[in-house]
Amino acid sequence: MKLTDLTASMAAEKIKKREISVIELTKAYLERIDELNGTIGAYITVCAEQALRQAESVQKKLDSGEDILPLAGIPAGLKDNICTKDVKTTCASKMLDNFLPPYDATVTKKLSESDVIVLGKLNMDEFAMGSSNENSWYMPVKNPLDHERVPGGSSGGAAAAVASHMSCFALGSDTGGSIRQPASFCGVVGLKPTYGAVSRFGLIAFASSLDQIGPITKDVVDCAMVMNIIAGHDPLDSTSVDINYPDYTTFLNNDVKGLRIGLPKEYFGSGLHEEVKEKILDAVKAYESYGAIIEEVSLPFTEYAIPAYYIISSAEASSNLARYDGIKYGYRAKEYSDIIDLYKKTRSEGFGTEVKRRIMLGTYALSSGYYDAYYKKALKVRRLIFEDFQKAYQKVDVILGPTSPATAFKLGEKTANPLEMYLGDIYTVSVNIAGLCAISLSCGFDSKGLPIGMQLIGKPFDEGTLIRAAYTYESNTGKSGVTNCGI
Amino acid sequence: MEYEVVIGLEIHAELDTRSKIYCGCTTEFGGEPNTHCCPICTGMPGVLPVLNKTVVEYAVRAGLAANCAISSFSKQDRKNYFYPDLPKAYQTSQYDLPLCKNGYLEIEVDGSVKKIGITRIHIEEDAGKLIHDESGKVSYVDYNRCGVPLIEIVTEPDMRSSAEVKAFFEKLKSILEYTSVSDCKMQEGSLRADVNLSVRPKGQKEFGTRTEIKNLNSVRAIVRAVDGEARRQISVLERNGVIVQETRRWDDEKGESYSMRDKEEAHDYRYFPEPDLTPVVVDEAWLDKIRSSIPELPDERRKRFIAEYGIPAYDAAFITGSKPLADFFEAAAKESKNAKAISNWIMGDVMKKLNDTGLEPLDMPIKPESLSRLVSLIDENVISGKIAKQVFEIMWDTGEDPADIVEKEGLKVVTDTEEIRSIVIQVISANPKSVEDYKSGKTKAIGFLVGQIMRETKGKADPQAVNRLLKEELDKL
Amino acid sequence: MAITKEDIERLADLARLNLTPEEIEKLTGDMETIINYSMNKLNELNTDDVLPMEHVLPISNVFREDICEKSFDREEILKNAPEKAEGCFLVPKVVE
Repeated sequence: MKLTDLTASMAAEKIKKREISVIELTKAYLERIDELNGTIGAYITVCAEQALRQAESVQKKLDSGEDILPLAGIPAGLKDNICTKDVKTTCASKMLDNFLPPYDATVTKKLSESDVIVLGKLNMDEFAMGSSNENSWYMPVKNPLDHERVPGGSSGGAAAAVASHMSCFALGSDTGGSIRQPASFCGVVGLKPTYGAVSRFGLIAFASSLDQIGPITKDVVDCAMVMNIIAGHDPLDSTSVDINYPDYTTFLNNDVKGLRIGLPKEYFGSGLHEEVKEKILDAVKAYESYGAIIEEVSLPFTEYAIPAYYIISSAEASSNLARYDGIKYGYRAKEYSDIIDLYKKTRSEGFGTEVKRRIMLGTYALSSGYYDAYYKKALKVRRLIFEDFQKAYQKVDVILGPTSPATAFKLGEKTANPLEMYLGDIYTVSVNIAGLCAISLSCGFDSKGLPIGMQLIGKPFDEGTLIRAAYTYESNTGKSGVTNCGI
Repeated sequence: MEYEVVIGLEIHAELDTRSKIYCGCTTEFGGEPNTHCCPICTGMPGVLPVLNKTVVEYAVRAGLAANCAISSFSKQDRKNYFYPDLPKAYQTSQYDLPLCKNGYLEIEVDGSVKKIGITRIHIEEDAGKLIHDESGKVSYVDYNRCGVPLIEIVTEPDMRSSAEVKAFFEKLKSILEYTSVSDCKMQEGSLRADVNLSVRPKGQKEFGTRTEIKNLNSVRAIVRAVDGEARRQISVLERNGVIVQETRRWDDEKGESYSMRDKEEAHDYRYFPEPDLTPVVVDEAWLDKIRSSIPELPDERRKRFIAEYGIPAYDAAFITGSKPLADFFEAAAKESKNAKAISNWIMGDVMKKLNDTGLEPLDMPIKPESLSRLVSLIDENVISGKIAKQVFEIMWDTGEDPADIVEKEGLKVVTDTEEIRSIVIQVISANPKSVEDYKSGKTKAIGFLVGQIMRETKGKADPQAVNRLLKEELDKL
Repeated sequence: MAITKEDIERLADLARLNLTPEEIEKLTGDMETIINYSMNKLNELNTDDVLPMEHVLPISNVFREDICEKSFDREEILKNAPEKAEGCFLVPKVVE
C-alpha cells in the first residue's frame, strides 16, 4: 500500500506512532501530483516548497514531544476560491489569474492552526459556476476513473484530487451541489454543511445566501475529523451561527437502529437513470437491514427548486461579481478609451462564457420591472421549499436519495445546452435553498464502472446524524472511499 | 405670474463612530491615501461585512430626536452601480425597510413655526474619494472614506423658500450635534445636502418637474443653490420652456447650476436584500436604552438658557443653534456673573473670528473659562472694553489666560488720578483751540480732548476718571 | 416571453459587459430558454400569500462593537492593483 492510499485518520495514526514522517507523507503526495496532475488537472497551483517547509515544522513539533492535533501533518488541497494569504487564489478565472490575497480565509487559518499541510489550490469551474469543471479558464479536470469523463463540478479539482490520491482530503464549496455532485462522480465522500456552520469569510462569493465550504474526503471518518476543524462560529461572518458545535467523531457509530429515513417520491421519478435508482434502492434495503425505519415522504416543490435556484444564485452572483472591474486587483484590459470602456473590456475579456451568462441572467432578474416577477417570486418559492423539508422532518430524521440523476458524463457532452446541464442539479439545489446539510457517499458502480453517489439530507445543524448514517453504511459495505476504485 | 418654490432635502451625515460601518478601520478624517483601509472596506474578493452596533444606535438616536417612528424590523440592501469610488460596485444601504421613518422637525421663520416632514432616515456606507489629476488623463482613487457610516435623511417636499431650507438645515445640524451622532464638519464633508426643487404657479396643486442638485457642502451654497435654481426654473417657465428632470451640480463660484452628464444612464440600481447581513431588530428595551442616552435637545436648552442665565430669547436661540457654541456659553456663563456679556462676546467677536478663520466652534482656540475671566476683568474695571478687544485677540492667537496677558502687556486701567491729571493738563495746554471751542459752548470739543488723553495713555486710563478730571481742569481755566 | 437582442444589449450595458454579435445571438437564445423555462415553472405556483425568504437562518442583530483595529499596510491594499501611483489606485479620468 502506498502512503497516498491512506485515509487521513489512518495516516494521522501512523504519524503519531512515528511509523511515517510528515515529510515523507508530504513528499509522497507531491510526487503523486507530479505524476498525475498533468493528466487530471486537479491543481491550479501547487505549493511544494511551502508544503515541505510546513511539513518540517510540524515534524519538529512532533519530535519535540509536543501534543499534536488530530490531523496534524495531513496534506490537503483547497479549492481555488478559498483565500490563502500570498498564495494565488484564482477562482479558475482569467480575471483573478494573478490575484494574491492579502489575507487568509477563516478555514485556511483553521487548517494551518491544526497543522494541516496545504499542498495547493484546486481547479474548479470558474467562480464555482458549473457542474462539470469544464468552465475552468486553465483546463478542464478529468475524472480520475475515466479520463474522457468529467469529474463533476464545481469542486471538480477537489473531488478528483482526493479520488486520485493527489491530496489526502480537500475543502470544496457547495452552492447548488458543487461538493456533493463531484464527490458522487468521483466516488468520494462530500459533505455540504448547514448554512452558517462553516465560516464563509475568505470564500470568494458566488451566491452569498447559498455558498458553504465543506470537506471532500476518502471516507466518512475523515469527513468527521475535518468538520471538527472547520465548523464553528466566526465573528467575521454575520451569517455564521453562534451555537455549540459537537465533536463530530462522536457520531462515528455503526448504529442506525430506529433511525427514520425518508425517501422523497419526487427523487425517484422519470429523470433518474435506472442503474442509479437500482443502487440507491439497494442502499435503502441495506439500511433497512441495519435496523433503520424507511418511510416515503413527499417534497412536492422539488421541481421548482431549479428555477428558483438559478434565479437567486445568478442574482446574487451578478452583484458579487461586479467588483471585478480592473481597478483594485485582477485582470485589466490593455487598451480602453475611458472608465466605462475599461470596465466593459476588462469584464468581457476576464470572464468566461458561463460566468457572463449567469451575470446576465442575474442582472435581468434584479432589473427594474422584473424584480417582483423573478427574484421576489424565487424568494417566495424558496420559502415553500424550506417548508417542504420542515414538514418532512416531522416524520423522518434524514432524507435519502440520489446525489445526481446519472453518473459522470463525457467531456463536452452537455456544454452546448446550459439548461440541460442545470437540470442535472435537481437533487442537490434544494438543500442549499433550504440551508440544510447533506452528505454524498458512494453506494456502488454502474455498468461502466462509474461510481454512484447516494445523498443523505439532514436537518439544520444535524451533521452528526448524517455522519452516523453514512458511517454505518460505510462500515457495513466498505463501498465508500476510492480505496476500492483501483486507481 | 407668481410662482411657488417646492423644496425637499436629502442630507447625508457621517456618523461620529470610531470605526467604520462594516470593519474595524478608523473613521478619522484625513490620513495618507489608502491607509485607513483593509480587505473588507476595499471590497477584496471573499470578505464579509459585520455591522457596527453603534451605527444603529446613532441612527436611532437621530431618528428619535427627529420625532421618527423607529422600525422594530429593518434590513440592509445592496444598491448596485459601477463607479471607481465604490470598490464592491454596490453600496450597502437600506431600501424598503429603513431604520427610521415618518418624523418631523419644527422650524421658525419670520416668527411663525412650521413643521417639516422627515420621510425616512436610513444607514449606509460612504464611498471613497477621487482625486483628479491636473493633466486631465487620470484620476487617483483613495478608499479612506470608504465604509465610513452615514445616515441619509430624506425630507418631505415641505419647504417653500431658501430661508426655510436654511432654518431646517441648521435645526437638523444642531440636533445631530446635540445627540453626538455626527460632528457635522461641513468642510470635511461630514454633512452634505442634495436639494430637490421644483416650481409651480401659485395655487396649482400638482408639483412641477423637479431637478436634483447634488452634493452641497455649506449652508451658503445650499441657500444660493436654492435661490439660483428657483430663478432658473422660473425663467425657463416664463419663456415657455420645459423643465427637464435631471441631476445638476451647483457651481458656487459662478453662482449657477449646470446639468451633470448622467453617470448611470439607466439608473437601475437593482436593489436587493443584502445576503451577507442579518436583519436589525430594535426591541422596546433597546429603544429605551437609546432614548435615555439622548441629551437635552436645542429647544429645551434654549428655554433653559433664558430662564437660568437670563439672556434674551434671541441670544438663546442663536447660541443653542450650535451645540459646541452652547456648550461653550454654558461653561463660560457658569463661571461668570454676567451671562449677557458672555453671550454678547460669543455672538460678536467669537463669531467674527470663527467666520474669518473658517474654524468650527468645536476647534475654537480659547477656553470658556478664559472668556468668563475676560468679562470679569472688564466688570471689575481692571481693563477697559476697548483694551478687552485687544486682549481677546491675543487670547485667540496664543490661548493664554487674559489676566496673564493684561499683566504681561501692562494693559491695566490707570486709576492713579495724579498720573491722569498730569496728562490732562498736558493735553489741555497742547490744544488751545479745542479749549477755546469748549469755553465758547461747543461741548463736542470735549470728546476730542478725551480722545487725545486716551491716546496718550494707550487707552488704559479709566474713562470715568478722565472725564471727571478734564472737567475739573477746564473749569479751573 | 420573448427576449430581444435589445434586452440583451441593455442588460450587458448594466452589467458592464461588451458582447460580440455572436455572443448576443447565443445569449438571446440561451436566456430566452432559461427564463421561459423558469418563469413557466414558477408561475404554476400561486405565491400571493407567501412571504419572500431572504435568509434561511432565523438570526438577527449580528453586530461588532465600535472598536478600531489596525488597518492594513498600504502596500498590501495596493499590491494587486493593475495600475497605481502615489499611494492610490489609478483609473482613467472620471468626468463628473
